[in-house]
Amino acid sequence: MAIEVPVFHVLILAGILFLLGLAGVLVRRNIMFLLMSLEVMMNAAGLAFIAAGAVWGQPDGQIMFMFILALAAAEVAVALGIVLQISRRFDTLDIDAASDFNG
Amino acid sequence: MDWFWLVPALPLAGFLVLFVTEGKLPDKVVAFVGAGSVGMAALVALGVGWQFVASGQSSFSLPLWTWIAVGDFTPSITLYLDSLSLVMTGVITGVGFLIHLYATGYMWQDHEEPKGYSRFFAYMNLFVFAMLMLVLGDNLLTLFLGWEGVGLCSYLLIGFYHRDPANGYAARKAFVVTRVGDTLMALGLFLLFWEFKTLEVQAILADADSLTPGMATGIGLLLLGGAVGKSAQVPLQTWLPDAMAGPTPVSALIHAATMVTAGVYLIARMQDVYLLSADAQHVVAVVGLVTLLISSFTALTQTDIKRILAYSTMSQIGYMFMALGVGAWSAAIFHLMTHAFFKALLFLASGSVILALHHEQDIFKMGGLWKKLPIPFWSMAIGSAALVALPLTSGFASKDAILLTAYDNGGWLYWGGGALAAGMTALYTTRMMIVTFFGQAKTEPHDDSKANMWLPLVVLGILSIGGGWFGIAVLDDLLGPIGPLDHFTPLALVTIAVPILGVLVGWVVFSGRVNVSAVVESGLGNGLRRYWHGGWGFDWVYDRVFVKPFVAMARINKNDVVDLVFRIAAALARGLHYVGALTQTGRLRWYAANLGLGLVLVLLIVLEVL
Repeated sequence: MAIEVPVFHVLILAGILFLLGLAGVLVRRNIMFLLMSLEVMMNAAGLAFIAAGAVWGQPDGQIMFMFILALAAAEVAVALGIVLQISRRFDTLDIDAASDFNG
Repeated sequence: MDWFWLVPALPLAGFLVLFVTEGKLPDKVVAFVGAGSVGMAALVALGVGWQFVASGQSSFSLPLWTWIAVGDFTPSITLYLDSLSLVMTGVITGVGFLIHLYATGYMWQDHEEPKGYSRFFAYMNLFVFAMLMLVLGDNLLTLFLGWEGVGLCSYLLIGFYHRDPANGYAARKAFVVTRVGDTLMALGLFLLFWEFKTLEVQAILADADSLTPGMATGIGLLLLGGAVGKSAQVPLQTWLPDAMAGPTPVSALIHAATMVTAGVYLIARMQDVYLLSADAQHVVAVVGLVTLLISSFTALTQTDIKRILAYSTMSQIGYMFMALGVGAWSAAIFHLMTHAFFKALLFLASGSVILALHHEQDIFKMGGLWKKLPIPFWSMAIGSAALVALPLTSGFASKDAILLTAYDNGGWLYWGGGALAAGMTALYTTRMMIVTFFGQAKTEPHDDSKANMWLPLVVLGILSIGGGWFGIAVLDDLLGPIGPLDHFTPLALVTIAVPILGVLVGWVVFSGRVNVSAVVESGLGNGLRRYWHGGWGFDWVYDRVFVKPFVAMARINKNDVVDLVFRIAAALARGLHYVGALTQTGRLRWYAANLGLGLVLVLLIVLEVL
């Protein structure tokens, strides 16, 4: 039988996941970890959508999650290309090494 | 007469052809296009004039199109032909063609300017077009268009040899000084429009009686301002002697025969307005009188042959202004026509002399040329006789008409001043002829002029003699009675005698039969000579009152106070850009942190916590 989880708890979990991801983005300098932190943030948002969809009994939340999955896949495809280039040019995966791209 | 539009269209077409080919045409084709277009225009003008006179109409207008339509203000481009504009058209295309023909020879070997030959004829054709628009426009706006167009061409051609900065200065001076007059004229046009709600000349003239005397005086004086600038009359005369920096055919066409007489045309065209204001007419006459006296004395002391002729042009236009001022409208236009003949002849002949002496213009470096340059000499002699107004020449017929009418309508003062200047004219012309063509030869001439150069001289020579008969026979009917032509009153005999006396005195003095060096070299004589040589100090005064203070102010304001506004705006934009650029550190995590911070801020605002 299904266990009823209060939506408030799910949202708190999503919020914690989101903040963890954000902290990872801000603190880590390795690009790979940066990307993984981004994935965590996106999944946090996805979890919030699912919860919201379940509460109102609507399919929209799950559809949004599928969009987020597609977005994540596309983002990883582009980002890995950039990671490859950065590692070739700067011989490191430190994101701050690429700070020459300033205005 | 519907093909009348060809008259201005042909020179315009010539200009466009020469303009778009950018000097890539061979010189012979350029000569053909440049002189041919004006020649064809002259033929068309002749045909149209014939038809017009034969038809017996008093005027004929040919609407071409509406220029602009703004509410009630719909100036049209309409060509208007009456006796006045017909005479002007004849002079512009006829004398203009002869000068163009002469210029094909004069400018031929002139390789000082790359592509100069084509450029020269392009400007000249544009000038003829603009001048024709000036005299043929039935609308003061069209007239103003032509007015500014001839000013532009005058500027371009004075500065034709633009490598010498002095020529550029002369061109700018001519442009700026005439602009002073043009500003006054524009104000006059505004006043006219305010009064009549139209700028059509015939509508204004028909309705001129509705003007109050004060308004008529104001308009008359403002239009006179424009005429004074364009026609080089006191006090805006200083640009004309310097305008001689241009090639000699330019001086003949623009600064003797046509453009400088535009002021006379303007006043003659608007004569109904002047008739309403005795004051304005009086000012016109005084301006003419003062100019003709000042410039004839100045001409006596000049040594550059073209400057002598320039001052003589000023004084002859002074006669025309005086005639306009005393109401002798047809005499003024008659003198305009004869002056166009003989002054163009004098300039072209002097151009032949200058060319034969390798661009020597100082008459005291000439001398003894009469046997070596027969055609220029005889042309110059005929032109001088007409300028001096010896009997049986064209200048005699027109100048006598002016002087006698001036006495009838104006009194002793105008007649006396005019006669004194006529004597001075005889004196300086004799001086120019004797010093240039007689005495000891100082430079060896080198004359290789061809038919295209001496033919115009011959034709203009014939016109300078016969133009007077033509005027009396034709213009008298066309324009109205020219003036008292009875030459057997005591006053008329004195008027005839003065120039002859002047020539005799000049011959005695300048051929060295009587030594006057003691008078000339005395303190007073020398002082007067230097004062007159400088053009009565007008340039000196203007230099100190206008030019120097203006240059000084320009130096103080080198950084341009008005520009400050824009410089502040530029500095502001640059500062903001700098502040904005500071945030672009290139550190990705820093961007992400700002993003998060911004999100928190927005959320707090949306949730109304803040």
